[in-house]
Amino acid sequence: MKIHEYQGKELLSKYNVPVPNGKLIHSADEAAEAARELGTSVVVVKAQIHAGGRGKGGGVKLAKSPEEAAQYAGQILGMTLVTHQTGPEGRLVKKVLIEEGMEIANELYMGILIDRENSQVMIMASEAGGMEIEEVAAATPERIIKQHVDPLIGVKPYLARKIAFALNLRGAALKQAIPFIINLYDCFVKEDLSLLEINPLVVTKDDRVLALDAKMDIDDNALGRHADTYAYRDLDEEDPNEVEAGKYRLNYIQLDGNIGCMVNGAGLAMATMDIIKHTGGEPANFLDVGGGADEEMIENAFRILVVDPKVKALFINIFGGILRCDLLANGVVAAAKKLNLKIPVIIRMEGTNMEEGHRILNESGLNFIVGNGMKDSAKKVVQAIQ
Amino acid sequence: MSILVDEKTRLLVQGITGREGQFHTGQAIEYGTNVVAGVTPGKGGQSVLDVPVFDTVKKAVDKTKANATVIFVPPAFAADAILEAADAGIALIVCISEGIPVIDMVEVYHYLEGSDSRLVGPNCPGVISPGKAKIGIMPGHIHKKGNVGIISRSGTLTYEAVSQLTALGIGQSTCVGVGGDPIIGTRYIDVLKMFQKDRTTKAIVMIGEIGGTAEDEAAYFIKKNISKPVIGFIAGQTAPPGRRMGHAGAIISGGQGTAEEKMKIMKKCGIKVCKSPADIGKTVAKYL
Repeated sequence: MKIHEYQGKELLSKYNVPVPNGKLIHSADEAAEAARELGTSVVVVKAQIHAGGRGKGGGVKLAKSPEEAAQYAGQILGMTLVTHQTGPEGRLVKKVLIEEGMEIANELYMGILIDRENSQVMIMASEAGGMEIEEVAAATPERIIKQHVDPLIGVKPYLARKIAFALNLRGAALKQAIPFIINLYDCFVKEDLSLLEINPLVVTKDDRVLALDAKMDIDDNALGRHADTYAYRDLDEEDPNEVEAGKYRLNYIQLDGNIGCMVNGAGLAMATMDIIKHTGGEPANFLDVGGGADEEMIENAFRILVVDPKVKALFINIFGGILRCDLLANGVVAAAKKLNLKIPVIIRMEGTNMEEGHRILNESGLNFIVGNGMKDSAKKVVQAIQ
Repeated sequence: MSILVDEKTRLLVQGITGREGQFHTGQAIEYGTNVVAGVTPGKGGQSVLDVPVFDTVKKAVDKTKANATVIFVPPAFAADAILEAADAGIALIVCISEGIPVIDMVEVYHYLEGSDSRLVGPNCPGVISPGKAKIGIMPGHIHKKGNVGIISRSGTLTYEAVSQLTALGIGQSTCVGVGGDPIIGTRYIDVLKMFQKDRTTKAIVMIGEIGGTAEDEAAYFIKKNISKPVIGFIAGQTAPPGRRMGHAGAIISGGQGTAEEKMKIMKKCGIKVCKSPADIGKTVAKYL
């Protein structure tokens, strides 16, 4: 689960990682007041959306007076911010963070993530802060420091020192960077983050070390033990169909095509999208109903798929293992009758109780098209929309 | 022969009294697996389908000489269950549970490195040696005893491949689901080494998906060390970047882990890569 910058900074503060003073506002008037309260000669006005590249898109402005802060906040609030991460449709800005401005001496990068290759947590740091780290990694990989962390020991002062020295920090900045790194790691592990990026991490001219930005991804699998951070979830940032699917424990991702897919198992669901594309069609979604699906889940999955007006045909591809084909067939028949379905439905079923499943479909009086294997079914669904 | 699982497997089921645990214990027994014990803390002394239940893994191992375990406990407690099994010295731990927090797995992985136990999974369908025994949730009846080894990150997609093979009359030596999570115990390379040594296995099917670089590492390993034909498929050729496609590990991040890149490396390393998932069976038939 992604969270906003201001929420990330709240979390960092809890772990004594220094962040600039700031205030979240929802209107231009509040912006002027917040700027006055902060009292610095310059304040930063920052759009809060779940996407990077906000500065380039016009979502981050420097204001030299409370009036200017109000003016910028007025422009940013309600704007549709388009960045390289939002897609062309952009994202509506509903919240703005007003932060104290500061004189920056040095911009660094620090990220913590799970390194899958080594099955360990890895800290990445670079003197090339403020830039896209992927670009730094591609152009000048030698400018990135990578440090794995032993999970049973964590980040001890020596390890933090090693990173801080490698970043060429000295004097007062070095002294502050050590607890900064230790606390950052602490936050990563205790909050079950899967990604934490501070870009830029700044050293100010008066030698303070602060997290000027905060990007966090919380491990979805761990949300059960973080009721407090789960409250940070912002449904405005999510696709409404995906939110609806999530209520029924369905794994759903919206795509651009017109063939709705319902599959059991993530790998088979991806392979189903692939074969549709190979056959000349375009999948409208990824949908994994999981191994333990019941009739009700199937019905809900069906409803979510057909509610999308761009879906012109449905492809149901089920390999019955734990999920029995007869149960699936009953769910599909019930849903099709209830929803008064008009679009063609191609069903491919294999595995446990397949014969019984086919019998239920045939006797339903509904016009399902039964496919024989993945290839044949994909062909039939692509033909059905032509 | 086969790898990991066979007639000598003495299986323990952790979480045997739960709905999933109970159902799949029945399925495993029906398939011919020797299920010797179950564990559910606090329910020691009971029995499920005539299998004795113990409070701790240690006690179960002492009493029944179990040498493998399958874990069906809820994800919040699954990491702990793996550690308990390793602590009791069980050689093979298969964890089916999906949704274990990744930080928990970082610790588990580290602990297992210093132990003699092998972990398969988590978030996997398990391991089956057709005609001998199965540990996991795969439907036994679609399999056929034979000489193709399968390694996969996915469950139902593996069943798809198995069913294509069986329909062509081609049997399997062992099918190993390594799991769809970012951190897993046994990787492609570990299984590849075992298949290379196993005399029954004549060809290997490797089914991967987007996310991470495990398939790339495996491909380079195959080029150097595997003399048997390897047939490959990568799911998610049409997946959008930055989205988690069902499996926690199936995500293209920072342009890395795309199907295209993986398929290119696999081809370069001599693996027969199928573009379409419908072609896995017939490609195996061609190279077997």
